[in-house]
Amino acid sequence: MDSFPKSWRKSTKPHSFCPGCGHPIVLKALGWAVEELKIQNKTAFGIDIGCSLLAWDFFNLDTIQTHHGRTVPVITGVKISRPDAVAIAYVGDGGAYAIGSQHLLSSLYKNINITVIIVNNANYGMTGGQEAPTTLPYQLTSSTPKGADNYYLDGIKMAASIANKNAYVARGCTDNPVQLKIFIRKALQNQIQKRGLSIVEALSYCPTNWKTDAKKTRAFIENLKKIYPIGEFVNNNEK
Amino acid sequence: MKKDKKSFLTGNEVVIKAALAAGADSFYGYPITPATEIMDGWAEVYSKNSKLNFLQAEDEMSAGFLMIGAALTGKKAFTATTGVGNVLMQDPLSMAEAMELPTVAVIGQRGGPSTGSVIYSQQEVNLTCYGGNGEGYRVVYSPSNLQELYDYTIKAFNTAWKYLIPTFVLTDGYLLKTRSELNLYQPKANVTSKPLILKKANRNPNKESDYVNLVNTYAIEEECYEANIKLLNKFKKISPEIEESYSYNLNRQTKKLIIAHGLIASAAEEAINIIGKNKKVGLFVPKTLRPFPQKDLLKQLGKIKQIYIYESAANQLDRLVKEAIYGSRIPIKHFGYPALGIEAETIAKLI
Repeated sequence: MDSFPKSWRKSTKPHSFCPGCGHPIVLKALGWAVEELKIQNKTAFGIDIGCSLLAWDFFNLDTIQTHHGRTVPVITGVKISRPDAVAIAYVGDGGAYAIGSQHLLSSLYKNINITVIIVNNANYGMTGGQEAPTTLPYQLTSSTPKGADNYYLDGIKMAASIANKNAYVARGCTDNPVQLKIFIRKALQNQIQKRGLSIVEALSYCPTNWKTDAKKTRAFIENLKKIYPIGEFVNNNEK
Repeated sequence: MKKDKKSFLTGNEVVIKAALAAGADSFYGYPITPATEIMDGWAEVYSKNSKLNFLQAEDEMSAGFLMIGAALTGKKAFTATTGVGNVLMQDPLSMAEAMELPTVAVIGQRGGPSTGSVIYSQQEVNLTCYGGNGEGYRVVYSPSNLQELYDYTIKAFNTAWKYLIPTFVLTDGYLLKTRSELNLYQPKANVTSKPLILKKANRNPNKESDYVNLVNTYAIEEECYEANIKLLNKFKKISPEIEESYSYNLNRQTKKLIIAHGLIASAAEEAINIIGKNKKVGLFVPKTLRPFPQKDLLKQLGKIKQIYIYESAANQLDRLVKEAIYGSRIPIKHFGYPALGIEAETIAKLI
């Protein structure tokens, strides 16, 4: 992972994400998965509002930006119309699990043949670090100044509990980009093989809003991994 | 246009026939009275034709965004909704407006506010013309009978794809559920659709211009302003080609002018026949509510001494007319009946 995939658009680098952000790691893993599968020219890449929108010109990939998790239906509309395309919705944890959660839920039980990549940084990054469904108990955010409540959503656990047996559901982490790339590649393969929905959540760094230095950022992600375990939760493709 | 045989159909069936005649190939929707039968009708034709696409969405936002996804690939997709569904639909259609995407939405207006009632209403004029967080760069047709519902639904597709603009057919539950005789025909030619993404398979992976990167967000105000001015100038340029109106019994002797649209315009025309065509009462009907046929209306005002506006809303058409004739001193009598139908006899008595 020390060089760059072909789809990496050089003219838009350095990218616009904050220093230390996890998004570029997830995007690079995606770029490599696209390259290994040789699907650059048939990929439709949908991105959402919030930090993910900064990826609108990140790649030499046909890209469309919308908002509020509606990337999932836009990309579904593309996929239904062009079954030969590889359709990817790239959203944050807010778009996937809060404001656009009905779209994810619907695509899950309908087993829509698209790939959804969810970047989970346990807060709303672009708006300045508010509480998300994934925010941890007692976590300080700008909308939980006294610390968040005890309730949070493990979106991948929810997805795995209702996903079709042919779906693919996994969670990786930006601290292990090689594994993350493998999960994303398997997700895309699942779509190419017409098996149905594939979801990869990536636990991701957000030092700007976590207000953490390098050491505390590492500690934060280690804690996130305890709450949101890494692994493949629905994967019957290789059996 | 080749005239076909007479058919006896409901408004909902007319919409399906018109969409197919216009080359529609995809429908995405969510059930809501009185527009549900359009979705059911499409599901029926879809089940017999593998070239068509359909998905019942989880809500109207999803339906609209599915339609946008289809439009991006060059499909002629449409939807149908109303009332609170039309409220949700403004989310995707604001995006279509911003990104100049061709879409068609048939709106079977319900009484409002909120869930209101389901048969008569002209209370979604404001929402359909100006809904969304933009300036209303969209086209809204308001048919008055089933023949016009057929004509303008076909036209809506051709306008949407010719000008790359979200287009609406604004009707109501009464017209959609009415059964009547009309002429079906196949238009001589329909505007063709082109994909905006995934245009070709053979591309140079390193050539940036070979890839389409569409964004709906601007980093700085000046960029957003530029995008707005581009949309404004386009809308100004295309409006004269799109604006349509109809007039009845309007001539140099006409002293009293009725202005009405949609179903109420049909009642107004009948009212003039009841009153008598020699009584110097004429009718002006905006067929496009957006862009509003301002020039057509101003041309008719010369000898008019009194304007009457009728609508099944408190003051939605009224507002459009007053904006269009700003500066005129002709007195206006306005009759607004939100969520009520207006019969020809009522109009005749009021004049």
